[in-house]
Amino acid sequence: MSFYNTFEHYKNFDFNNCFAGITDNQVQAAIQKEVLSHNDILALLSPCAEKQLEQMAQISQKITFQNFGKAIVLYTPIYISDYCDNHCAYCSFNRTNKITRKKLSFEEIEKEAISIASTGLRHILVLTGDSRKYSPVSYICEAIKILKKYFPAISLEIYALEEAEYAEIIEAGADGLTIYQETYDEELYEKLHPAGPKRNYIYRMDAPERACKAWMRSVNVGALLGLSDWRKEVFFTLLHAQYLQDKYTDTEISVSFPRMRPHTGKFDVSFPVSDKHLVQMILATRIFLKRAGITISTRENSKFRDNLMGLGVTRMSIGSNTAVGGHTTGNEYGQFQIADNRNIETFKQVILDKGFEPVLKDWQNITKL
Amino acid sequence: MNDILKIANHEIHNRLFIGTGKFPSKQIIKDVMLQTGAQVVTIALRRIDINAKEENILNYVPENCILMPNTSGARNAEEAIRIARILKESGCGNWIKIEIISDNKYLLPDNWETIKATEVLAKEGFVVMPYMSPDLAAAKRLENAGAASVMPLGAPIGSNRGIKTKELVKILINEIKIPVIVDAGIGKPSDATICMEMGCGAVLVNTAIATANNPVEMAIAFDLAVKAGRKAYLAGLGPESNYAHASSPLTGFLHL
Repeated sequence: MSFYNTFEHYKNFDFNNCFAGITDNQVQAAIQKEVLSHNDILALLSPCAEKQLEQMAQISQKITFQNFGKAIVLYTPIYISDYCDNHCAYCSFNRTNKITRKKLSFEEIEKEAISIASTGLRHILVLTGDSRKYSPVSYICEAIKILKKYFPAISLEIYALEEAEYAEIIEAGADGLTIYQETYDEELYEKLHPAGPKRNYIYRMDAPERACKAWMRSVNVGALLGLSDWRKEVFFTLLHAQYLQDKYTDTEISVSFPRMRPHTGKFDVSFPVSDKHLVQMILATRIFLKRAGITISTRENSKFRDNLMGLGVTRMSIGSNTAVGGHTTGNEYGQFQIADNRNIETFKQVILDKGFEPVLKDWQNITKL
Repeated sequence: MNDILKIANHEIHNRLFIGTGKFPSKQIIKDVMLQTGAQVVTIALRRIDINAKEENILNYVPENCILMPNTSGARNAEEAIRIARILKESGCGNWIKIEIISDNKYLLPDNWETIKATEVLAKEGFVVMPYMSPDLAAAKRLENAGAASVMPLGAPIGSNRGIKTKELVKILINEIKIPVIVDAGIGKPSDATICMEMGCGAVLVNTAIATANNPVEMAIAFDLAVKAGRKAYLAGLGPESNYAHASSPLTGFLHL
């Protein structure tokens, strides 16, 4: 069994027709339910539900406060290598893009760690490009061992691994994995990934499950918003999250909603996602997956992020830099441009002013140093 | 009357235990403790940052309070044991509230793993306070393993649904000699009163206080409710009956 079996049920499903036929009553019924069916998710993601966003927001807030309290967990990304063998049409790290590549030495990683840790942040997300030559599992494991001296919670956003390799990085001290399917549209996926190791759609889709099997503590899934119709992408993201949570009850499953940002390379966002629709997907997610973490990064601007607090979001990045070594060099030309440039102190104060607790530490790595 | 709850060598006067997750600020946790006079507070290792100054939650625990750190996030006995040892090494005392949860949907505790962790940690000298599903056989095993109390859930964590497990908790109160402390599910002060009237040693409340519009006022309400329930228990509740018993019986004259 794989999530692909669930996916196949809906592969040829007439989404447009289904969404068009959803009525106010169906949306109302879905909002009120404790346990939602697939049809209920479709209702919450439908154009019809847009009329009932306020009510969805009220319910979503209640569920969020009950399960997570008034708290926002903060983290920041650290890019350690941008060498990449893939041809992802939408990404700056695409191997055909002529950018200066860099891989941090272990000394440089430690410098980045010291720089980030001095801001008070305790959760980090380690990112690399997809290159088994430049950033092999052994390099990533060494990096984790250095980083865990400074950070009690380390998540990774790296290329898809084998189950045994996930076990290795967990052993080294990784607690979380973020891996996006990018698009659940199988044909589009092949077009956007014309070559490189990432081309294998099912291997990518099964990666979060392999991490769960290796007993990863938290696994975060998502689709890159802007590549295809967001309603379908979010529907599959939620089904994927549900599939994993039902099957691997001791892994915390969470979802992210990364909206495409300006980046190096020529790629037009084919399906732009509006603020309203991003809110709708957050609310639908919270009503459906009551205990799932929801992450919003600095891809979103400060005003919008501030307004999202209390609507279902549980984790936010801050002090981000998407360039390799950017926390020490200040280089701003990374994987994509960020839209919220506030520093950690400023953002913490904003969170407090809104009546929330900025949570810097929400895990303690328990592997040996 | 001096009504004291004894756990390990501690004398506890206030039977409202406070959980610290989900509060909108750390200062409010301190205010809750000070305003209620609560003596026992539980904090998860995952939220303790020993290296931080202003961010260290431990700085918000009033003096003379008993710190009962918990193993939130542990998925089996081994992880709970590791967390307990890290806490002890970090200077967080020797109390440990074992929370072992391998079910992220309902957050129900794993009694089997909890018993295993209790056996190890009690031998190492910890004051073990295990969070559990109210099951008599498991509670007896925990007692035999050296637990200082058992902490059965009233309803799933954070659900505010009250003491749904009442009949099972009553059995534990009847059969277990160590204190029975209801932890999780208590949503209203009246739920806490019910627990205390039944004979619970204490109750632990978190979500209902932390997510109230006014957490401090809600905590005070819980404190009063716990005291009321405890007093009623000590005073001896009258028997329940399906029909009326007149307060001034009609045949009273026969006994004069």
